[in-house]
Amino acid sequence: MPEDKELILLIEDEPQMRRFLRITLQTQGYRLVEAATAQEGLMQATTRNPDIVLLDLGLPDMDGLEVTKRLREWAQTPIIVISAREQEQDKVKALDAGADDYLTKPFNAGELLARIRVALRHAARQITEQNEPVFTLRNLRVDLALRQVFVDDKEVHFTPIEYKLLMVLVRHAGKVITHSQLLKEVWGPAHVNEVQYLRVYMTQLRHKLENDPARPRFLINEPGIGYRLKYDPEG
Amino acid sequence: MEERRPDPDQLLQRARDEDERKREGQLKIFFGAAPGVGKTYAMLEAARQKKRQGVEIVVGLVETHGRKETEALLEGLEIIPRRNVEYRGTALKEFDLDMALRRTPPIILVDELAHTNAPGSRHKKRWQDIYELLGAGISVYTTVNVQHLESLNDVVAQITQISVRETIPDFLLERADEIELIDLPPDDLLQRMKEGKVYLPEQAAAAIKNFFRKGNLIALRELALRRTADRVDEQMQDYRQDKGISDIWPAGERIMVCIGSNPRSIRLIHAARRLAAVLRTEWIAVHVEAPSQVHPSEQDLRQLADHMRLAESLGAEAVTLSGQKMSEEIITYARSRNVSKIIIGKPTHARWKDKLFGSPLDEIVRGSGDIDVYVISGDIAEPHAHAGSSSRPRSWRKREFAWSIFTVAGCTGIARIMFPYFERLDVAMIYLLGVVLISSRTSKWPALFTTIMSVAAFDFFFVPPFYTFAVSDARYFITFLVMFLVSFVISRLTLRVRQQAEAARFRERRTAALYSMSRELVRERSTERLSEIAIRHMSEIFGSQVAMLVADEGGRLVQTGKGDAVFTLDQQELSVAQWVFEHRQAAGLGTDTLPGAKAIYLPLVASSGAVGVAGVLPKNVGDGFEPEQFHYLEAFANQTAIAIERSFLGAAAQRALLKAETESLRNTLLSSISHDLRTPLAAITGAATTLLENDAAIDTVGRLDLLQTVREEADHLNRIIKNVLDMTRLESGAIQVNKEWQALEEVIGAAVNRLGDRLNDHPLTVKLPGNLPLIPFDSLLMEQVLVNLFDNAIKYTPTGTPLELSASESFYTVTVELADRGPGIPSGEEEHIFDKFVRGRGTGGGVGLGLAICRTIIAAHGGKIWVENRAGGGAVFRFTLSTAGLPPAQQKEEEEITGL
Repeated sequence: MPEDKELILLIEDEPQMRRFLRITLQTQGYRLVEAATAQEGLMQATTRNPDIVLLDLGLPDMDGLEVTKRLREWAQTPIIVISAREQEQDKVKALDAGADDYLTKPFNAGELLARIRVALRHAARQITEQNEPVFTLRNLRVDLALRQVFVDDKEVHFTPIEYKLLMVLVRHAGKVITHSQLLKEVWGPAHVNEVQYLRVYMTQLRHKLENDPARPRFLINEPGIGYRLKYDPEG
Repeated sequence: MEERRPDPDQLLQRARDEDERKREGQLKIFFGAAPGVGKTYAMLEAARQKKRQGVEIVVGLVETHGRKETEALLEGLEIIPRRNVEYRGTALKEFDLDMALRRTPPIILVDELAHTNAPGSRHKKRWQDIYELLGAGISVYTTVNVQHLESLNDVVAQITQISVRETIPDFLLERADEIELIDLPPDDLLQRMKEGKVYLPEQAAAAIKNFFRKGNLIALRELALRRTADRVDEQMQDYRQDKGISDIWPAGERIMVCIGSNPRSIRLIHAARRLAAVLRTEWIAVHVEAPSQVHPSEQDLRQLADHMRLAESLGAEAVTLSGQKMSEEIITYARSRNVSKIIIGKPTHARWKDKLFGSPLDEIVRGSGDIDVYVISGDIAEPHAHAGSSSRPRSWRKREFAWSIFTVAGCTGIARIMFPYFERLDVAMIYLLGVVLISSRTSKWPALFTTIMSVAAFDFFFVPPFYTFAVSDARYFITFLVMFLVSFVISRLTLRVRQQAEAARFRERRTAALYSMSRELVRERSTERLSEIAIRHMSEIFGSQVAMLVADEGGRLVQTGKGDAVFTLDQQELSVAQWVFEHRQAAGLGTDTLPGAKAIYLPLVASSGAVGVAGVLPKNVGDGFEPEQFHYLEAFANQTAIAIERSFLGAAAQRALLKAETESLRNTLLSSISHDLRTPLAAITGAATTLLENDAAIDTVGRLDLLQTVREEADHLNRIIKNVLDMTRLESGAIQVNKEWQALEEVIGAAVNRLGDRLNDHPLTVKLPGNLPLIPFDSLLMEQVLVNLFDNAIKYTPTGTPLELSASESFYTVTVELADRGPGIPSGEEEHIFDKFVRGRGTGGGVGLGLAICRTIIAAHGGKIWVENRAGGGAVFRFTLSTAGLPPAQQKEEEEITGL
């Protein structure tokens, strides 16, 4: 097991969950720091400088949303929120506050590891600032330099807004992006509440990109939260 | 002798009274015949005795009048400082009620129960202070002399020639838990007086001297002894009642006293109360509102109301009757209430009136049958007739007289035309017509005036010699007299009928207003609306501003209702309202309690207790309310209280129902899911223990198989829990339907994505028309509907059978359907399968909530869901969603080619 794999900070109060995650993550070779409370977690985050944070929203001493906000005050470390709560609002708040992705309990190990990989990849790209000129995902190819989109090697024409929308999704490929984040990036901060804009353009985008828009392979709708460009280069 | 069983109702009432008492403080009265018998001394002695027993004693107020022995007894006792009151330049020292209430000692000493408080105090009388102390659970020792008792007041005045103004209601004596008679023979008292041991106020020295005559003292002593003996007798009766020893009085027997506005009625009331106390019966004070009393003077009304209140305070039931004939009303009512004795005053009016109009007293006596009638000196309850229209404006009366002159002139004109063709007496009839006309339109005096004028005009114009008042034939005097009498009687009768009608109308108006308010109140449920209705009606009828304060769940008063008719309470007024609420007694403007307030406050008392307070602020600040208005105010307040209580009870019932439903849902859930949860749990536990214990013995395939079981059963568990949670939250209303215009395909995509691998065994085709509009729905809930429908199909159809999802639109309704090729739905089950906890046959399945959740969600969207069997086998689930309404405007973007 290579010793230089990323350091993961796990903030979770339930011992059973910690045990499961410890085994799963260590098997994959990740190094792990555990914290049972938010206070302890925040302290570990400052002293150990982890590469990624797994944060449970239901901590006994502090709201997970608050922890996200405090972490974001000084660090850009990717945060994946783990939540048992069914309330979508909590997740949306955490995501809007700066969390990178979320998982709803119960989840399976494969899902967790995929999310961790996506988050780490995004973090790495941010650090090196490298932008690949061409984004490829199965039969979808986006030439970022030429602003051209190909599906099955056939060029598809986009309106400026559609293209902008796709660009935001590509930039965050694999991560969930909330409605308000998308609206802010594409239409500007004044339009964060006009979800129906987004819905219409997402439908158009889907019809242009997907073979069967009712069973999408790229543009995944996460009801009540946002959208995700399904990104599975390994699979 | 056979022992009788006590009446359970009476015992219950007694138990309730005693319960109430226990929470209240105990009242001990040191009762004396005259000042100087040593009441205060005895009270202090008793207090010291208690203190020696270790009971905390506080002196609220004790008047020592400088007597050394008494002062000595005060030593070592905690004394509450007196309150300084400034009144017309004199500094008065009063008992500090608030301080006493704050101090809350177990026992407090407050001397001189009959004392009248200085103006500006909370209560007019000290006994009211003491009542409040008792209500706060503080026991009180106090002193009083026999002459202060309300019911003996007139007797004492008769004996001593001194009328005592400071009186206390008799019920205080009955309320007392203990009465200690402080008795001193008159000779000893006189001796003490000579020695200067009796305090006498200087200003009334002569009168007081008169009071302390030996004869008086003997009489007073007798009164005090008798009153105490009565009281002991009452206790004895109570005891007998408790033990069921014997019946106490013939059931329902009552005494009735007839009263009016005449001040002598007070004596009748006292007499009735004494008789009632001796006979231990209930008693009723009755006033008959006779027609001629339609316009009684304000003073009469006030006096009458005072009398009624006095009777009530002495324990009577006060009743007002109205009718044409007083005697009949009294007898009828007496019979209806099983009255055995009627007390009535001796008539004081001239005898000829009785001869002429009949004597009400005589009629009552004659009509009384087996009812005893006691005639006592004092006035019979005869209407105290005042000038009928004294309250009317003068100009109005002038106009009435003008009308009568005009009418007489008119009659004369008609008579002149008729005269040549008719008899003289027929002409006289025309004048009678005029009299009837005027009597039916005006009041007593114009009617009399018309009568005289008519006779005069008849004489002047139609009796020879014409155009003089001289009369040639003496027989005409008989004609005039008959004409006058007939006119007079007709005018009186007409007036009476009219006035009675007016009185009825007047009452009817108030009653109608009350009725219309209660009718409106019935229709409303919210406290806010009820208050508004009450405010509107009360402010209209009483020409005042109104404030409604309703108690919230914590028992705090909160003002409800808004508008012009509402006045806002400042801190001081609020404290008055609070007092009213706590003591369930009217207070404020025009009452005995806190009369300094700007408005009058009435408690809203319903069967379960006080629900709030109504405040009424007269339009002209400081105007009081007449007693009659006050009674109507009370009626309005009662109606409102009942309505508000009903709304409270309604809300409570609603909560109880909701709770019961939740409870029953929870019970069904528990019993239902305990089994369903155990099945997957058993599988998981089994698989896990096998893996743990036989790790070496299991091959790789077997291990994977077991692990697969664990995973699948865990998924299963998760789905069950999610459904249970969803259902509970949907039913409790915790989930809000958040509709947004969106594409159906988007939510289908999400649902399919969520199901993931589970759909692998069922090839799914999705057919959506290209022009399907946006639909308003809650994406999360709709995703749940689709997932549940898919789940259902996966669970109940054989592996490999296809599923088809399609949608169509017509008339602003989108119908979504999921068709399968499974076994279909047994006929008759189509509705039933959407019920809670209904599961299909065969498979282990879930809790039976999936379809119930679908129905709840679709219903919340205003659509419906149903199932049909398909031609060629299988079932098809359909649900509808409405697209009515306008989707939000969407600016169209110009089509522009991407790329450079």
